[in-house]
Amino acid sequence: MAQVKNRLTPFFENITFDRDDNELVLNFGPQHPSSHGQLRLMLHLQQEQIVKAHPDIGYLHRGMEKMAENMIYNEFMPTTDRMDYIASSSNNYGFALAVEKLIGLEVPRRAKVIRMMLLEINRLMSHLFWLATTALDIGAMTIFLYAFREREYLMDIIEGYCGARLTHSAIRIGGVPLDIQDSFISQLKTFLDKLPANIKDYEDLLDTNRIWLMRMEEVGTISTEMALSWACTGPMLRASGVAWDIRKEEPYELYDEVEFKVPFSDKGDNFARYRIYMEEMRESAKILYQTIDMYAECVKNNQTELMAHSPKYISASKLDIMTQNYSLMQHFVLVTQGMRPPVGEVYVATESPKGELGFFINSQGGPYPYRLKLRAPSFWHTGILTDLLPGHYIPDVVSIIGTTNIVFGEIDR
Amino acid sequence: MRAYTPKDNVQKKSYYTDRFYVSPQVPKQEVESDEVFAADLAAIKTKFDVLDAYIQVEQMVVFINPNDNYKVLELLKDELEYTQLSEMSAIDFLAKNNSFEIFYQMLSMNKRKRIRIKMTIKNGAAVNSVEKLFRSADWAEREMFDMFGIEANGHPFMKRILMPYDWQGNPLLKTYPLQGDEFAAWYEVDKIYGKEAREEIGPEIRDTARVDRYDSDRFARLGHEVPKGTKITGDEPVTEQTYQEDGGVFLIKKFDKESSVVIDDPQR
Repeated sequence: MAQVKNRLTPFFENITFDRDDNELVLNFGPQHPSSHGQLRLMLHLQQEQIVKAHPDIGYLHRGMEKMAENMIYNEFMPTTDRMDYIASSSNNYGFALAVEKLIGLEVPRRAKVIRMMLLEINRLMSHLFWLATTALDIGAMTIFLYAFREREYLMDIIEGYCGARLTHSAIRIGGVPLDIQDSFISQLKTFLDKLPANIKDYEDLLDTNRIWLMRMEEVGTISTEMALSWACTGPMLRASGVAWDIRKEEPYELYDEVEFKVPFSDKGDNFARYRIYMEEMRESAKILYQTIDMYAECVKNNQTELMAHSPKYISASKLDIMTQNYSLMQHFVLVTQGMRPPVGEVYVATESPKGELGFFINSQGGPYPYRLKLRAPSFWHTGILTDLLPGHYIPDVVSIIGTTNIVFGEIDR
Repeated sequence: MRAYTPKDNVQKKSYYTDRFYVSPQVPKQEVESDEVFAADLAAIKTKFDVLDAYIQVEQMVVFINPNDNYKVLELLKDELEYTQLSEMSAIDFLAKNNSFEIFYQMLSMNKRKRIRIKMTIKNGAAVNSVEKLFRSADWAEREMFDMFGIEANGHPFMKRILMPYDWQGNPLLKTYPLQGDEFAAWYEVDKIYGKEAREEIGPEIRDTARVDRYDSDRFARLGHEVPKGTKITGDEPVTEQTYQEDGGVFLIKKFDKESSVVIDDPQR
């Protein structure tokens, strides 16, 4: 029954609702512990069931694409850290690779190996973080503590390498700035040797946990068509029956030389995504073992180059800059004016822990990109909530947001 | 004489460019050099006008007429196995020829190929929405509308996505300054207090590291504390400071280096 307007002014009885049904509009966020950032969801509810979902984003919008248009290429590198800040090296890498493809640069082998190590460590960090926070959302606090402990070890290793724990900026256009430290390999090996037992611990706690299964199984099922249509990538797509991993299908760096499997599932539900994250951690560990051997080979063959040699675009080594006049002049020009890539366009996709991270660069020959489009996987993984949430119940929202593994740094950019 | 600043592109410019500098080009290959792309292009050409096509950095770029975009993408999706629209957006060429370039970045997982469909639209024109074909275009087109003001005809919910609904201006246009315009600078003051409060509140402090030592409302100087709101003219009184560490703290023992252990390996 429609309400009748009355003349009482400052009271709720004076509010008229223009709907006669019993649909409730619930505002979820933008500050909600389980939304993993500033996600606002407007949920239309029939009792506890969602009939319509409307995700609202933009609370962390910093205009990175605009910033990129007003920066020289090297200057933009630390900004990419702030996209997916859970695995910042993968953003650094995506940008560096795009610029390298634009200027046609080949990176030395040793740098490639170090980059792969960093990327896989970042993948492990991101997946552990995902597991920790999602389990915490569901209520499994133990997992949170365990997974964060392991992640801490990895952060220590990364800190030893580049000095930063979260925003690494550990990759440069043309290579890597530093060789890995002496303790890197031994620390990494210690970690990797323990990892299978750790993952087994998590699985023992979760795989047959009936609360976990109730929240995960048959919840948030994404069909293959829906995943493709919404441009889902990464674990989201692989859980929906498409075994598509850019590392495998369009290999970059030395991913064609290492052996690893691409885990996939055709279930498409939360539990499938959880299983894929767990399996991917094992695969990452496998890749890391192989990169350790590759690195040892580089050392044996005396391949010491870490940065590509290209005086037009890349500064010379520190030793050259300090001893040779021309290198110093080049360095000065590259720092003050910036490199000027050729006129052209490039779109480069890499497999970040979240999915396909793409950098589209349109260069008009100037020292600033004319247009830079960041294709962040989480953007679409949030968009899909529009179609995914209807039909589910309020508690499912939390677990679905959890398994989409969205991070707002890269959604809002 | 005042320095000339172009109005149609206010983005940062290089302060020095060699007069004789000629930009190199990213090499383009003929489409015929790749069998898969050649077949795809032939399929598109049988039904639609192709203005230009080439391969650049392993991906085919095809220029089409803006009216054909829906049909071309439909062909790509249904017949040529390009099942994903990875990304779409616009590039602002208003300063150059009063037009936008729209690109659709497509992916075929079966063929392991990526192609980019591009088209040029005049300033003020709208594009056909491809949201019916690819749901990902729903948000992508909203973002394009938000950032460039290009509308997509037939889109079910053409609203801003990243900026607030009541925002004015399109941030990624080359005419939009990096620091934002007048509207952006006063957005929050206008919205919360009203325009008439502008003078009273003052402009937004964008430099978050700025410290004003004469502002006793927001800052306190250690050793020169004054009550909040006091007008300071420069000679604040010196406040006596005492540290509890002076003379030792109750219950806390002094650190003894001899009886401590140093742990080298964090993973012990």
